[in-house]
Amino acid sequence: MARITAGISTSHVPAVGAAVDMQRTEEAYWKPMFAGYEFSKKWMKDNTPDVAIIIYNDHASYFGMEIMPTFAMGIGDRFEICDEGYGARPVPVVEGAPELATHLAASLILDDFDMTVLNVLEVDHGLTVPMSLMFGTPDKWPTKVIPLPVNVVMYPQPSGERCLSLGKAIRRAVEQFDGDLNVQVWGTGGMSHQIQGARAGLINEPWDRKFMDDLVNDPENLQYKPHLEYMVEAGSEGVELIMWLIMRGALGEKVDEVYRFYHVPASNTAVGHMILTPKE
Amino acid sequence: MKPDFEQFKDIPGTTIFTIEKARQGFWLNQFCMSLREEANRKRFLGAEREYLDEWQMSEQQKQAVLDRDFQKMLDLGGNVYFLSKIFASEGLSYVQAVSTMTDMNVEQYQAMMLGGGRNVEGWRSKKERGEA
Repeated sequence: MARITAGISTSHVPAVGAAVDMQRTEEAYWKPMFAGYEFSKKWMKDNTPDVAIIIYNDHASYFGMEIMPTFAMGIGDRFEICDEGYGARPVPVVEGAPELATHLAASLILDDFDMTVLNVLEVDHGLTVPMSLMFGTPDKWPTKVIPLPVNVVMYPQPSGERCLSLGKAIRRAVEQFDGDLNVQVWGTGGMSHQIQGARAGLINEPWDRKFMDDLVNDPENLQYKPHLEYMVEAGSEGVELIMWLIMRGALGEKVDEVYRFYHVPASNTAVGHMILTPKE
Repeated sequence: MKPDFEQFKDIPGTTIFTIEKARQGFWLNQFCMSLREEANRKRFLGAEREYLDEWQMSEQQKQAVLDRDFQKMLDLGGNVYFLSKIFASEGLSYVQAVSTMTDMNVEQYQAMMLGGGRNVEGWRSKKERGEA
């Protein structure tokens, strides 16, 4: 049977992608941040999954305002890279995992999670920056990917409860798949940041650190945190952190914390990153 | 559950992009989406007014784009991820564009970020700040 072996959380700051693409990762500004991912790249070499379910949000890159799905799933063979206004990132095309993805989308819909089904999808920095951070700059990505875009841009976003429950449903669905697959679930975005208005540049390190603690130890309470608290305490874009709850839900009741990293700033953002594994 | 759009209005210096704002800003944001294509970026930067006139945007929205008044664009229903296509067309970074919405210049803003970012203390509530 397929099994979920780990959860990864990481910020997905676009400037981080640009730093990778322009070979600026050794510069003084960027070096400490990339150093925080060295452990993870090594860990990932030893623990490369067959499939990564990557929970992310599109940033007006593929989805306009014509259609705004709350939860969607890419079930195609491959996903091209978006041009976000600067030209597409020069990274390999992302290969899909259609067999598992169709099983997952169908299972989730039957479990009352009304996923939007995407046979065509181009992916943006929300998905590719985490891949660059975990895999570096290979000619071909070492894992297949099931993109799971979530609306975190337009209020109302899905509730924290809904996100944690979706993660739990993903866990059940993966375990019911008849195929011997090592699957990881990645929750991306955050941590505290605000990139608009007079309050732009907001960072809240104590709140971010508490969020990471609670994600590990107390997700059943963390799920009830209202959108308003994310927006006030972690900035208007900090609400992306609800996507980490989906990852956490997919890992089961108890987890081991393999790794944690926190760094300010990357561009306008507090970078947070964790590797968690289910406790058997 | 009845939606509460009012709950966000006490956050200082912040415009929450609600489903209502999305309706108001639909064409402004659609215009921004068109700048994902290099040919459109060239055409827009070559003749901004003419390009904007091809979209069903309000005159205020068009003027805010011409003025690169990002706060005004937010007020009129724009969302920063959409608006980023405008500044990306000109090769500007998020930090460069975002800083224009604050009371700092870009150097001061970058220095604030390097110093750990804007502290949330004093920035939680308009009422607390005497702005409401």
